Amino acid sequence: MESFAHSVAKYHDQPILKNVSRRDVLKGIVTGGGLVVAAQFVPTAMAAYDPYPTGATGMPGGMVWDPHVYVSIAKDGTVTIVSHRSEMGTGSRTSLPMVVADEMEADWSKVKIVQAEGDEAKYGNQDTDGSRSVRHFIQPMRACGAAMRQMLERAAAATWACSDVDVRAENHKVVHIPSGNSLGFGELAEAAAKLPTPSAKQINLKDPSQFRYIGKGKVQIIDLHDITTGKANYAQDIVVPGMKFAVVARPPVVGGKAKSFDEAAAMKVPGVVKVVQIAPTPAPGKFAPLGGVAVIADSTYAALKGRAALKVTWEDGPNAAYDSEKFKEQMAASARNPGKIERNEGDIDAAIKGADKVIEHEYYIPHGHHATMEPPAAVAKVTGDKAEIWACVQSPGGTRGDVAKLLGVDEKNVKVNVTLLGGGFGRKSKCDFALEAATLSKATGMPVKVVWTREDDIQHGFYHSVSYQHVTAAIKGGKVVGWRQRSVSPSLMSNFMPDPKRESALELGLGLTDTPFGVPNLRLETGEAPAMARIGWFRAVNNIPHAFAMQSMIAELAHELGKDPKDFLLEIIGPARVADMRKTVSSELWHYGDPYETYPIDTGRLANVVRLAAEKAGWGRKMEKGSGLGIAAHRCFQSYVCSVVEVNVDSKGNVNVPRVDTAIDCGFHINPERVASQIEGAAVMGLSIAKLVEITFKNGRVQQSNFHDYQVLRIGQGAMDVRTHIVPHGPNVPSTGVGEPGVPPFAPAFYNAIFAATGKRIRNLPLRDQLTA
Amino acid sequence: MQVKINQQAKDFSGDPEMPLMWYLRDQLALTGTKFGCGTGLCGACTVHVDGKAVRSCVTPMGELSGKSVTTIEGLHPTGDHPVQKAWRAANVPQCGYCQPGQIMNAAGLLNEKKNPTDDDIVQAMQGNICRCGCYQRIFAAVKSAAKGA
Ligand code: FES
Ligand code: FES
Repeated sequence: MESFAHSVAKYHDQPILKNVSRRDVLKGIVTGGGLVVAAQFVPTAMAAYDPYPTGATGMPGGMVWDPHVYVSIAKDGTVTIVSHRSEMGTGSRTSLPMVVADEMEADWSKVKIVQAEGDEAKYGNQDTDGSRSVRHFIQPMRACGAAMRQMLERAAAATWACSDVDVRAENHKVVHIPSGNSLGFGELAEAAAKLPTPSAKQINLKDPSQFRYIGKGKVQIIDLHDITTGKANYAQDIVVPGMKFAVVARPPVVGGKAKSFDEAAAMKVPGVVKVVQIAPTPAPGKFAPLGGVAVIADSTYAALKGRAALKVTWEDGPNAAYDSEKFKEQMAASARNPGKIERNEGDIDAAIKGADKVIEHEYYIPHGHHATMEPPAAVAKVTGDKAEIWACVQSPGGTRGDVAKLLGVDEKNVKVNVTLLGGGFGRKSKCDFALEAATLSKATGMPVKVVWTREDDIQHGFYHSVSYQHVTAAIKGGKVVGWRQRSVSPSLMSNFMPDPKRESALELGLGLTDTPFGVPNLRLETGEAPAMARIGWFRAVNNIPHAFAMQSMIAELAHELGKDPKDFLLEIIGPARVADMRKTVSSELWHYGDPYETYPIDTGRLANVVRLAAEKAGWGRKMEKGSGLGIAAHRCFQSYVCSVVEVNVDSKGNVNVPRVDTAIDCGFHINPERVASQIEGAAVMGLSIAKLVEITFKNGRVQQSNFHDYQVLRIGQGAMDVRTHIVPHGPNVPSTGVGEPGVPPFAPAFYNAIFAATGKRIRNLPLRDQLTA
Repeated sequence: MQVKINQQAKDFSGDPEMPLMWYLRDQLALTGTKFGCGTGLCGACTVHVDGKAVRSCVTPMGELSGKSVTTIEGLHPTGDHPVQKAWRAANVPQCGYCQPGQIMNAAGLLNEKKNPTDDDIVQAMQGNICRCGCYQRIFAAVKSAAKGA
């Protein structure tokens, strides 16, 4: 709290960088722009709804802003607003309805929030992933609130038989300006509900100076009281009358299956009612269940005991050869040889040949796993050709479609209720657990809750991909004139298509091919790496390994050249410009599904967060022996983030992280308090990745099983003083992602700090005992 | 066997090996006690037994004869225990799943130590994982609850 308030308040003495206007963007006249130092927002009356294009329209369900869908007003004045995105901890369930409330002049204390079921035709896209909730829905939610406000005003004007200009909505009532009389929202509700929705052209948005809640950071998350009193309901907590409990023994190797099983001992456990086999799905299985044998019982405890008593003989299949140690060697070999060219500028071979010096380094990140505090869980009740699901899913719309397909019924017959999610991080975008529940409910005719244990979660996940990066830099005349990076990483696309055995355009656009460096000779390549486990996206996805390699290498080159790491980072970023690499990438530039023109890659904004973080952290300050500062910056999910990490390494090699300063430019932000909480959480997760996290395979089996051998950061182990510095912008600068962008810069900043403190360079994650051994 | 749950007497005649967590969650529908790891490694299932914080996932029912169990639902009738208030004032939660366990653990600490040092807080709270990474606010909230309590 303190840190974010501090940053927002103190930042106002900084120059405000304003993005180019939307019209300039659309006209494409942004060269050298982006970095226009402009006047503060000048308050005007109301602004017309003139939305900039986003990727929302290209998503299933697109975007909907009809207030009749999102808002209802009761006679007593209670305003009910629909949250159509899943809440997994980012605060979107509060923040987006807060935007609606602000635009409609509703009093937040009279607002209730209801969670939408999965219905993308009705609500627009609900896939809560890719740091998209605010990025894609700030505009429709503002329009929705404004439309409701205008309908209320019109209803009041009709009651008073006066002109629209004589009325104004104000804090839950509409005022008749000439007389000062007013009517409450509750009194106007019925009449307003009968009015047609204004067209987009008729919508008037509030001037930012009139915002009550947006940008203030005063509204607390709607579930705060329920969370602190134990009333908040997650999927693990759902109880449906007549429900049975199931746990599943899944094949230990992906692609394997149960050759035979003996259920006798399991059936003897008191409370066990049935043992059901789930068929495996051949790859690519999307989010299909892994298959296995389910034990269904009267309680979770009985199901667990039944599963322990179950005897299953597994047939492993080809992935039994997956061995992380050997695979690392295989990836290294692939990275050391020429790969497939993914982006090419200048002549890297000539640059390397003619260089004064060539520097080459390799960076490795192992598999990681989300380990959401709530392990996956779902309840399904299948009756005839209808199904109802309760689940902690990030994509209720996608889940609805997948369940319908699995059961062979019409989507309209499937109702997906979304609970709160005890963490998501991308894991709960994959609805395999809901599909298991549907399978078992159908097989037994009973409502069934599938409970994943922590062991199930850690051993049967969709893993953050392992990655090997080989980077070569050519130095001439004290400058980096060439950069070649080979990225080797199994692809998450293997869930959806025959394994491409290398990163797809989508994964490469996450921090590799979209790199905006000012290096004249640049070649980015991929090498081959098959997927031998389920690969899944994890908070920030491939941005993590790409940024780790690049931002570490930049600091290594700074050291090589005898330059200050921050100054050299700014030098590599180069002058303020719009970096457009769409012509130099080999296939397509993945731009997070968004139009490039709305979110041009602006090196001025990247450099700005570098300067801001450095300044706030006191870059260059004198450090005690064993202490150091490290810096790293990265652009992803259309946001710009830079972290300065301070470390302290004691004589035994134990590392502490006393302070982190993170600057984020996420365009127009609506809830600075939640932005700060995301940045703090990203630092903790980043430090987990850097220090501890590793999933390894042997004989195709995950070797870790619970928090004793899959360790994550605990309190007091660093990142306890994370200060968030938000670059302020008005609504004219498109809102961009917040949930993920804080993660990628952390690990390289941390390792750069360790180098500054000790002179030791770590290139293999995680740290574990590399400094103590 | 008799056990008190949130001041209410309960007669338990089931499997004495069953962990308290499943009794609370599946049989009493007290789902504020969360399932995180089942092995005493994460703290999500923390409750009080006779005022002391324990992990209910590794506490067999058989050990609870004559004891008094308090869950997050019973910590305070209106949810206004100093720790709960401090939690809300500091905007601690993100997803919220670990938080009942964090709160019960912090309340257990303050039962034992009215004025914990920074080290005491870190030591006591290390068994409670928050994957969302709310640690700096958890720390601040425990400190302010200790001051206010
Ligand atoms: S669920 Fe009991 S400590 Fe994790
Ligand atoms: S708030 Fe999500 S795990 Fe702690």
